[in-house]
Amino acid sequence: MALTGIEIFKLLPKTNCGQCGVPTCLAFAMALAAGKTELARCPHVSEEARAKLSEAAAPPILTVTIGTGEHALKLGGETVLFRHEKRFENPPGIAILISDTMPEAEIDARLRKAAEMSYERVGLTLRANLVALKGETGSPEKLAALAAKAKQAAGNLNIILMSERPEVLGAALRACAEKKPLLYAATKDNIDAMISLAKEASLPLAVKGDDLEGLASLTEKVASAGLKQIVIDPGARKTARSFQEQVIIRSSAITKKFRPLGYPTIVFPCEMTDDPMKEAMLAAMFLVKYAGIIVLSDYRGESLFPLLVARLNIYTDPQRPLATKQGIYEINNPGADSPLLVTSNFSLTYFIVSGEIENSRVPGYLFVKDTEGLSVMTAWAAGKFSADTIAPAILKSGITEKIRHRRLIIPGYVAAEKGALEEQMPGWEIVVGPRDAADLPAFLKTWKS
Amino acid sequence: MPFQIPKTVYSGKINEVRIGRGTKALTVGGETAYPFYLFEGTMPHPPRIAMEVYDVPPEDWPEAVLEPFRDVVHDAVAWAQKCVHDYKAESICLQLASTDPNGMNRPANEAAQVAKKLADAVDIPLIVWGTGNPEKDTDVLRAVAEMCPERNIVLGPVEEASHKKIGAAAIGFKHTVAASSPVDVNLAKQLNILLGNLGVRDDQILIDPTVSGIGYGIEYCFSVMERIRMAALTQQDTKLQYPIIANLAREVWKTKEARLPDDPRLGNARGRGILLEAMSAMILLLAGADIVVMRHPEAIRLVKEMVNELTAG
Repeated sequence: MALTGIEIFKLLPKTNCGQCGVPTCLAFAMALAAGKTELARCPHVSEEARAKLSEAAAPPILTVTIGTGEHALKLGGETVLFRHEKRFENPPGIAILISDTMPEAEIDARLRKAAEMSYERVGLTLRANLVALKGETGSPEKLAALAAKAKQAAGNLNIILMSERPEVLGAALRACAEKKPLLYAATKDNIDAMISLAKEASLPLAVKGDDLEGLASLTEKVASAGLKQIVIDPGARKTARSFQEQVIIRSSAITKKFRPLGYPTIVFPCEMTDDPMKEAMLAAMFLVKYAGIIVLSDYRGESLFPLLVARLNIYTDPQRPLATKQGIYEINNPGADSPLLVTSNFSLTYFIVSGEIENSRVPGYLFVKDTEGLSVMTAWAAGKFSADTIAPAILKSGITEKIRHRRLIIPGYVAAEKGALEEQMPGWEIVVGPRDAADLPAFLKTWKS
Repeated sequence: MPFQIPKTVYSGKINEVRIGRGTKALTVGGETAYPFYLFEGTMPHPPRIAMEVYDVPPEDWPEAVLEPFRDVVHDAVAWAQKCVHDYKAESICLQLASTDPNGMNRPANEAAQVAKKLADAVDIPLIVWGTGNPEKDTDVLRAVAEMCPERNIVLGPVEEASHKKIGAAAIGFKHTVAASSPVDVNLAKQLNILLGNLGVRDDQILIDPTVSGIGYGIEYCFSVMERIRMAALTQQDTKLQYPIIANLAREVWKTKEARLPDDPRLGNARGRGILLEAMSAMILLLAGADIVVMRHPEAIRLVKEMVNELTAG
C-alpha cells in the first residue's frame, strides 16, 4: 500500500520547518516513501494525516504475532510476490499437530519434539517450536488440559488452539492465555462468539472460509470489530485449488491492495494426505508459495530438516547473503599432518568446500576467512581475500599449533596471491588448489604431508 | 469490498520444444503463465522428469539411492531399460561421467558408443550430459550428435566456450541443446543469443541455469529461474522464452546431508535423501523448471504426483 512520495507530500503540513532533519517537506516525503525515515519525526503532521499515512505504511500482508517475548512468532509483513523483488520477510511457522484424543505418552513425546528438535546451520539454530492443539473430543476440559500442559512445556513453544466450538476454545484459551495463542478458527457459523473470545483476551484469530469470497467477507467482519491480528484459511484441501488460493491471496493483497485478504495464511498438509512423504512435498510447496503457518501431522527428522533448511534458503535476504564465522573448521578428524585449506566465508562457499573435503574422506583443516560474506572471486576482486589479509588471519588463528607442516592450499581462482602469500608467510609453501570445489576430492587424494 | 481475482498481464509465451522422436517424443514448454497458475493461463505440457543413467558404476552413492539400481549399475543399457520397464521413465538422462578429464578421461568415441547403444535400446527421449569441461564436452557431444543423427537428443551442457561446435553439430544432426550458464539471467540470455546467431532454432534450445539443491544455494537458482520466467512472460524477452532444464539429482545426492546415516534428529537416511531430492525438485518446478533430471524412483513418484495434481486444475 506504498504511497508515492508525492502522495505522501500532499498529506504533510508543507511548512518546510526542517525539524524532521530534512530541509523540505517534499524531501521528507521522498525519504518516507523510500522507507529511510519515519513519520514520527514530523512534529506538525495532523492526526488525520497520521492515520492515513500509518495505514498506508502497513505492509499489504499485515504482520501477526503469536506468543510473547523473545520466542514470539512473527508472521506476514510480506510486501512482494517474488523474493528477488526485495525479500520474503517472516518465515512461515511450521506446526506439529497434537490432538486431545492422543494418549498422554504421545502428547508428551510430541511436546518434547516441538520444544527440542533443532538444527545448527551457519551459526543459526533452525527450529519449528509451534504446536497446533486440536480439540477433537469436543470436551472443553480435555483441550484445556492439553493447553495447560503445553504451557508448562518449554518456554519457547508457541500455541495454536483448534476448535470451531467457542466453549471449547474459550476453556482452552483460559488455560494458556498468557502464551498469546492463535485461535483457530472463526467460521460463518461461530464468528460472533469467536470475535468476542479473541477481543476479550486480545489474541490473534484465524478465520476459515469456504472460498475466497466468503473468507473476505468474514475477515471484514472481524476487522470491523477492531481486530487486526488475523490469520486466514481459505478452506480448500485439494492440492491445485489450495495452491492457487495461496497465490491469489498474496497477489490480491500485493497488487490490488485488497485489504480483506491481506493477512498471513494457515495451511494444513496434515489434512491433505495420509502419506508423510507427500505431506512433506505439500509443505515444501506452501513454503515457497505462500503460507504463513504450515501444520504438519508430525515432526519427522527426514522431512523437518529439509523443510527448515529450505525455509532458511528461501527466506534469506537476496541482498544479504549468509556468512559463516571466521575460524578453523576440522573435517574428518584431522591430525598434525593433515592438509590446510583456506576459503571465503560466503556460507554457500563454506558448505560446498567443506562438503567436498568431507566427500574426499581425507582429514583436513579448512580455514574460513572473513570476507564479509563474499565468494572467493568477488572477495578477491574487492580486496577482502588477498595475501595481506589472509596471511595475518591464518598466522593468528592458532593453526600452527595444530599442524606440523607449513603448507597452505589456496583456491585456484586466487593463484595470483601465491607469491605475495609466500612473502608474508615466511617458511610456508603455498599450494594452488583446484578452481572448482568439485575437483577437491581428486586433489586431496594426492596429498602427502 | 468486492473480490476479484487479480490477473497478471502476460505478454509472452514459452517456446514449445519437442525432444526425442517417434511416438514417445515429448513436448515441453508452451506456458502462458507462471508455473501452475492455471487460473491465469495455460500449461499445455506438464513438466517432465528425466531419469539418470551413468556410463560408469557410481562410486560414492549413498545406499538409499544405489539400492534400486544395484543390479544394473555396470551396464548403462540395462540401467536405462530398468528405468523404462520398472519405473515407467518418460525420458533418460545419460551422464557421461567417465569422460571427465580429471577422472577416467574416456575418449569421446567410446563414450558416444554408449550413447548410441542406449539410443538404440530405448525409444524414449534421451538427454546426454558431459562433465562441464567445455573442451572435452565439445569432443564428446559432437561425437554423440554424429553417431545418433536425427534422434533429437538433448546435448548438454552447452556453454559459451563450447556452443559453436556443439551448436553446429546440433543443427547438422538435428538435436536439441541445453544452453548452460552459471546462475545468471544475463549470461543465460547472452548464450541464447549466440546460439540463435549460429542458426540454432528457437525450438532446439533449453535453458540450463545451473541448479543446486536445498542447503546448497537453491535460493539462487530459484530466483534466477523466476527472473527468467518473469522476463519471458511479462517483459517480452524473446531470448529467454525457452523451457528450462534442471540437472538436479547429482547436486542433491552428493551433499553431506543426503549421505549421513539414520539419526534421531535427522530422521532415516533413505527418507531424508528422497525428500531432499523431491522437495528440491518441487521448489525448482515452482520457479519454472520444465524438465528435472532425477535419480530416486520414490522421489520421482512424489514429484510426479504433485505435478499431476497441480496440473489437473
